[in-house]
Amino acid sequence: MSLISAKNISVRRGKAPVLQNVTLEINAGEIVTIVGPNGSGKSTLLRAFIGAEQPYEGTLTRQDNLRIGYVPQKLHIDATLPMSVSRFLSLPTKVSKETADAALAQAGVSTLAKRQMSDLSGGQFQRVLLARALLGKPELLILDEATQGLDQPGSAAFYRQIERLRETLGCAVLMVSHELHVVMAASDRVICLNGHVCCEGAPEVVASAPEYRALFGSGTQGALALYRHDHDHHHHHHGHSHDHNETEDA
Amino acid sequence: MDFLDSFLARATLAGLGVALAAAPLGCFVVWRRMAYFGEATAHASILGIALALSFSTSIFGGVLVVALLMGWMVSTLSGRGYAMDTLLGVMAHSALAIGLVAVSFLQGVRIDLMAYLFGDILAVSRLDLAVIWGGAALVMLMLWWRWSALLTATLSPDLAFAAGIEPRREQMVLTIALALVVAVAIKVVGVLLIAALLIIPAAAARPFARTPERMAIIAAGIGGFSALAGLRAAYIFDTPTGPTIVCVAAACFALGSLLNLLREPITG
Repeated sequence: MSLISAKNISVRRGKAPVLQNVTLEINAGEIVTIVGPNGSGKSTLLRAFIGAEQPYEGTLTRQDNLRIGYVPQKLHIDATLPMSVSRFLSLPTKVSKETADAALAQAGVSTLAKRQMSDLSGGQFQRVLLARALLGKPELLILDEATQGLDQPGSAAFYRQIERLRETLGCAVLMVSHELHVVMAASDRVICLNGHVCCEGAPEVVASAPEYRALFGSGTQGALALYRHDHDHHHHHHGHSHDHNETEDA
Repeated sequence: MDFLDSFLARATLAGLGVALAAAPLGCFVVWRRMAYFGEATAHASILGIALALSFSTSIFGGVLVVALLMGWMVSTLSGRGYAMDTLLGVMAHSALAIGLVAVSFLQGVRIDLMAYLFGDILAVSRLDLAVIWGGAALVMLMLWWRWSALLTATLSPDLAFAAGIEPRREQMVLTIALALVVAVAIKVVGVLLIAALLIIPAAAARPFARTPERMAIIAAGIGGFSALAGLRAAYIFDTPTGPTIVCVAAACFALGSLLNLLREPITG
């Protein structure tokens, strides 16, 4: 059975329809990436999944007592609000120091517990958000453009961390990203969204789908190839930096 | 002789009660950038006073109703084409003006407007004291009970949703607490200075706190101290009490900012 499934859901923001007739399932243990242009409803879909938006049509079914870990797109902490990393992890539910330290270590930032949130770099901040999402031992980890503001090596490292977490924790991952070239390689399934589901499937299938190309053009393909040549960490296909769609077989 | 027979003892307890409830609530007002919201609610209460006087009901009740109404109107109207500060600016000053006009219509009632605008802490009765401490205790209890949820919703509505917390409900808790504080603080500092009791202790506490809880506790300390020292200073120098309390709080803020500047020199 799937962890969460949306059946023909439509969501409005104010009066404008943002999502129409979206059907989607997330199964245990898989990494699913949602791509789509600005305003395509990616964040709205995630917010519907966590219960922050109510679909006015269709049904949204969560597995009973599904544990969701959510990493928001960005979190602004007002300068007037003092917040240490360890206090932040205990919101809203108090966690023991051991649990907090373990989560920080899993997110790759084990030394930050005593720091103020406002003193963290962008990458550290995102990893602390990730650590907080891991505290509830999530079965589904939801990340909304979690690498916004990170440079390319930074976001590549962040996503590698996500892959490792999937391996160690066995949780499903649902993420939204603009950085197609970084994300798509790590995904089991990619969903291309533009108010509705344009196309979905394995990364290489979506990347070559005409609907996807119509949305993102061929420029992205170049970036995809370039990235794989420069940064790919799987080392399965050296030298294939052409603009056709190389299959990621990792 | 009963301790509460002394007007100064009653004034002291009243000031302490209001300050201890206002300061932690004020932290949320500061964190959520609701300073103007507090101001608007406070200003609206003059309308509540006019209504209470014309219907001969208790001032506390009238103010509470109007303050709640104000909070409800602001939260319904916000996000409908007006920026929050514009909306609050309109509401705060309209409510104050309408209230002042309404008071002038009251015939046969001689009221001391100054007492409502700037407070009259030395005239606190035993009943007032009971109302003040009742309201203050209720506010402190609400904050204590909802603390984690309030803090999470303040940090990010989406994180709150993901944790099963309804941010609108927490907003409602704050609106109610704010209305209560405004209603009990009128006697102590008056309509025009209530927002000061909310914001100044919280702002003064900020440089010395590393967690939200610490900030609330320090703010409560500063608020309580301001009330005590302000009363004493007003007695010695024969100055108006409410404004003197606020002056002490402002001095704490200035001192805190100065210490903070000295402690960590400004870096690029």
